[in-house]
Amino acid sequence: MKATFKDIEHPMAHEDATPTVRPNEQHDLLRISTAGSVDDGKSTLIGRLLHECKSIYDDHYKSMINDSKKWNRDGMDYALLLDGLKAEREQGITIDVAYRFFSTPNRHFIVADTPGHEQYTRNMATGASTADLAIILVDASKGLLPQSRLHASIASLLGIKRAVVAVNKMDLVGYKQKYFRDIEQSFRSFAEKLNFTDVRFIPMSALKGDNVVKKSKAMPWYEGTALLPYLESLYIGSDRNLIDLRFPVQYVNRPTADFRGYCGTVESGVIRRGDAIMVLPSGKETKVKSLVTMDGELDYAYPHQAITVCLEDEIDISRGNILVHPGNVPKIDRQVEANVVWMSEEPLDITKKYLLRQNTNEVRAVVSNVKYQIDTNTLHRKESDTLQLNQVGQLSIECFKPLAYDAYEQNRKTGAFILIDPVTYNTVAAGMLLDKQNATSLFSDDGTQEPVANNIYRYNGAVTSSDRQGALGQKASCLWLTGLSGAGKSTVAYALEEELLRQHVHPYVLDGDNVRHGLNRDLGFSPEERRENIRRVAETARLMMDAGLVVICSFISPFKEDREMARKIIGDRFFEVHVDASLETCESRDPKGLYQKARNGEIANFTGVSAPYEAPSNPDLVLNNDRDATLDGAVSRLMDFLKQHKIQV
Amino acid sequence: MIPATETYEMNHLDQLEAEAIYIFREVMAQARKPVMLYSVGKDSSVLVHLARKAFAPAKLPFPLLHIDTGFKFPEMYEFRDKFVKEIGAELIVHQGEEGFKVKANPWDLGTVACCGLLKTGALLESLKQGGYDAAFGGARRDEEKSRAKERVFSFRDTNGQWDPQAQRPELWDLYNGHVRKDESIRVFPLSNWTEMDIWNYIDRESIPIVPMYYAEQRDMVVRGDQLIPFYPGTRLLPNEVPEKVMSRFRTLGCSPCTGAVHSNATTVKEIIQEVSTARQSERITRIIDHDQEGSMEQKKREGYF
Repeated sequence: MKATFKDIEHPMAHEDATPTVRPNEQHDLLRISTAGSVDDGKSTLIGRLLHECKSIYDDHYKSMINDSKKWNRDGMDYALLLDGLKAEREQGITIDVAYRFFSTPNRHFIVADTPGHEQYTRNMATGASTADLAIILVDASKGLLPQSRLHASIASLLGIKRAVVAVNKMDLVGYKQKYFRDIEQSFRSFAEKLNFTDVRFIPMSALKGDNVVKKSKAMPWYEGTALLPYLESLYIGSDRNLIDLRFPVQYVNRPTADFRGYCGTVESGVIRRGDAIMVLPSGKETKVKSLVTMDGELDYAYPHQAITVCLEDEIDISRGNILVHPGNVPKIDRQVEANVVWMSEEPLDITKKYLLRQNTNEVRAVVSNVKYQIDTNTLHRKESDTLQLNQVGQLSIECFKPLAYDAYEQNRKTGAFILIDPVTYNTVAAGMLLDKQNATSLFSDDGTQEPVANNIYRYNGAVTSSDRQGALGQKASCLWLTGLSGAGKSTVAYALEEELLRQHVHPYVLDGDNVRHGLNRDLGFSPEERRENIRRVAETARLMMDAGLVVICSFISPFKEDREMARKIIGDRFFEVHVDASLETCESRDPKGLYQKARNGEIANFTGVSAPYEAPSNPDLVLNNDRDATLDGAVSRLMDFLKQHKIQV
Repeated sequence: MIPATETYEMNHLDQLEAEAIYIFREVMAQARKPVMLYSVGKDSSVLVHLARKAFAPAKLPFPLLHIDTGFKFPEMYEFRDKFVKEIGAELIVHQGEEGFKVKANPWDLGTVACCGLLKTGALLESLKQGGYDAAFGGARRDEEKSRAKERVFSFRDTNGQWDPQAQRPELWDLYNGHVRKDESIRVFPLSNWTEMDIWNYIDRESIPIVPMYYAEQRDMVVRGDQLIPFYPGTRLLPNEVPEKVMSRFRTLGCSPCTGAVHSNATTVKEIIQEVSTARQSERITRIIDHDQEGSMEQKKREGYF
């Protein structure tokens, strides 16, 4: 039997001996942050959730009731339970974020109860920075207020993808659908410019318990679920990035002369014993000797395990360096661009040398330019030469040492930073690094070297690649199909293109033979010419991606080194697909009669016959395309892969 | 290609463990001279265990500091010495000079003044003497409402005081441990753990704890709702007689200020069952949490953990 809780006016309704429902340790954790204007009912909602999940102890409950009387609050005031500071209880406002814990049989929850007052927005941002989901409360009787817009903007800026708009206090408007729909409408049109991928609207009364835990009978017109069942069922596992290894070195552990371990947390990707790794920013390469924990060595480690990595070679590595896979490196640059929330009473000072902390790395940095400030109410840009407390804007920042980073959009862990005042050591800003179009690579021994001509400057228009991608509703990406001649690359590429178009994605196929008829008709098949062929194709693919397209490149591209160059040119949306068919199969297919000619010595440098093919050692996907494979099967695997990588937005 | 046999799941305790290890390493990398406050209780046991995980195969790279009020239970001292020896840690025991000079005790001074001298005063004294710029503590946000407000890296001024209205914003896991001369940080790696998490983790990792957490027949003074442990020195009210009660301690503090609870839980598994159905909060048996309005916040403002 479950305890019942009918209304807030019926306290202590759980005297029965029902065991408190707490899940076992196998369940996962959802971090929620709440937001909304003052008096929208945040505390009541959280109090209600805690209470219904039996996470309020009787003695705390009793003292809340006593406090409610003492402070002359109507009925019971959950804020008195949640507002842990004396100043908060005295003034009746929430000043700082509080973290509360509750559990259901399905999941653990940490909820950050954040302040509603504009003055304390920085504390709201603190709560939102670690959240998987934001609950934005709106008072149905007041409509969407600027403060809710501000909180929604900041939540979105901080990379929260999922939001629940809790249209609260429906009891005050007679549970009428119109009030709910109006707020839904105005939030939707406001949020168009934000980056939420999933927004739910739930009409509720936290005070009366409508649609909090159970569906309300008072609003039969609402067809969705109540809040708690939604929170319990929300799938969050897909947020994990298992592809791009990022292991920031946190602490070097050297207890004895024969042990040197690099302590840190796997922020993304998977690291395995024996993996080739590269240390950034030095670019030195070595191999993983062992992955150490107190409970024994691991074969592999994944996000977000805290481990110690030992390496084969003794190279100079210190805190702030980052271990990556050589074929998959982040951007490295001194000049970065970022969206920033300013958090200090002292406004941004462009003459100050701030400390910039980005994961375990700390460098001195100056703000070289305030590009614009964002009006969080209208989301319009406006010109400004500084940022004040709680203001949001976009900055160009110059670091005194190169920063290895990913765009925050791609990787929260390597794309987030704080600015610290060099004198007071206060944290003055939170920043999210952006994909900078012209980020130059430190590695100039490959196809990304500087242009030969002098006096050429990049010119960036106001429209960015992400604007173009946004207009197309997709994420620009490059699928690089490599494999032997006759493996089926082109067949698969064009079939995939058709399927993508059918699903309203804009693709384009760059095919080896076709390109050699035009752009690359001056090139032959020597290793140097093959390399130049790949370089031009990669640059072309990059331009097409800048235009927002999903590019499918179908090239034998037999050399690892050349494919790595392509990856470096194209960047982090490069996916290497090995279209894998045995030489025997390819030779028996021989659609163009080329193997026959090569065997007869009529063609020189033919891959697989008279020139080597270096199969990818760590491709993003292997497509087995031997005789028993079907074209439909290949296309659907590629479609699944692209879906996993969120091609459509 | 990702082999199909690998899994990449982390359950709730794995996540909390990894977060705590990360915090320990952050402090070691950022602070000049860290120390760990060791109070002998179950949370301290978990804290030490996590610290060992963070730095294995190395030994603990910082000492443990026990602020000894002289009022701890005998079982606690016994456990402390054995535990510390077993894991090969360095232990510093500090008794507050001023408090001991005036023979501070809760009966004559009241709990507020007694705690002020023997705990807060002694703590600040020893942190200063040791020149520590970072101190780990085992406090959890679920314990008490002002703790729910505190940052993982809690900045303290030159007098060790907490200013709850001027806390540094703490975003993501970017912890700012910078301090100026004589300022310090208190660090709480268990911030996001609940009492249940602690017990589940003790169970999973077989972490040693003071036997007082297990139920047995103990001499108790039954005073209203409270079970007051009877030890040499316990002051009885007129007509009070100690009796044997099957009981255990849910939290451990100083003997005059810590009550017990009725319990039959003699194993960790039974404790987990008991805690999961408990309707009273963990610290209800800690008198010092209830001696004034906003008790804990006030103590923290003055430099308490």
